[in-house]
Amino acid sequence: MAVLDVAVVSAEQEVWSGQASRVVARTTEGEIGILPGHEPVMGLVAGGEVRILREDGTLVRAQADGGFLSVANDRVSVVADAAEIVS
Amino acid sequence: MGAQQRVYKAKINSTSSLRKIFKAMELIAASRIQKAVARAQAASPYAREITRAVSVLATQSNVDHTLTTEPETIDRAAVVVIGPDRGFAGAYSANVIREAEELIALLREAGKEVSLYTVGRKAETYYTFRDREIARSWTGFSEAPTGEHAREIGEALLQAFDTDAADGGVDEIYLVSTVYRNAVDRKPEYRRLIPLEVVEEEAGGQGQAAAQTEVFPLYEFEPSPEQVLDALLPRYIDSRILSALLSASAAEQAARQQAMKTATDNADDLIRTYTRLANSARQAEITQEISEIVGGADALAASGADD
Repeated sequence: MAVLDVAVVSAEQEVWSGQASRVVARTTEGEIGILPGHEPVMGLVAGGEVRILREDGTLVRAQADGGFLSVANDRVSVVADAAEIVS
Repeated sequence: MGAQQRVYKAKINSTSSLRKIFKAMELIAASRIQKAVARAQAASPYAREITRAVSVLATQSNVDHTLTTEPETIDRAAVVVIGPDRGFAGAYSANVIREAEELIALLREAGKEVSLYTVGRKAETYYTFRDREIARSWTGFSEAPTGEHAREIGEALLQAFDTDAADGGVDEIYLVSTVYRNAVDRKPEYRRLIPLEVVEEEAGGQGQAAAQTEVFPLYEFEPSPEQVLDALLPRYIDSRILSALLSASAAEQAARQQAMKTATDNADDLIRTYTRLANSARQAEITQEISEIVGGADALAASGADD
């Protein structure tokens, strides 16, 4: 099964990167769920939690404030002004 | 001990205590280079992502944005000079200021007014000493800049950009800073920040090859290309400023290490010279004493023979 390459990046450093099977984030338009094979999207992150479901079923929660999200070719980048891993 | 010898001894003592200080500063600078380079590299994924996103927007949307379109006439340009807070870094500060002066002369020739923005105490004092007007200056973080500082500078610049030229606003913004490539290769450069020319920058110090030109897939923009661009451009500018600040801080430490190494070497040379001089002064004193004794004995012997 295809997987997503996910990177959560803040202004000063890369906060988290790895593979995942699903990413859920909140954009200005509402929640967006991304599965492998998603069409290329570039959206503004409205702030709040980004949930990354890893392949082994564990969940990574990251707090991302202000920034954007880009998806292309199964690569997901969450780029935020400030971001941190919650758990 | 003779007066001459005492003078040399005092010089040797003061030079060797200076030498200790130089040596310590050299070691401190050397360890800080690594830290500064690591921070520049840590910030590079963000710079890369945001540059990529702005490139996508620039190539795929036909949005006209004030930050990207060249104004018809440019009356005033802002020049941001990124210098050090402290000296003891050789020609580092002089070089970046010279680069800035060249740029300012160039802009003036083109009939543009220049408003100055400075980062770092050294750049600030250079211009205040010469009674040149500074629009805004920031000091105190040249050695450890953070995203917060870059945002502050970016905000002030964008505000000046949004103001009409008639009210003191600017139509163009240039950034003058020292670019760190490696410990020996660093040079001051100026780049235009606004209007934007999207460039792939070698982020971090290690001279990573700029990302090869890739063909971007067709993106869907949410909520709309205009709004995404609106949100991204200020961040892109902040990220450019931050990478310039980080690169400059690495360059500053490298320059300081080199300058302190030269100072240590010079102190060594001086100590050696003074030791030689002190030795010959001591020898001269001994020779003189011996000849005085011999002369005295001769005179006594001569006067004894007369009796």
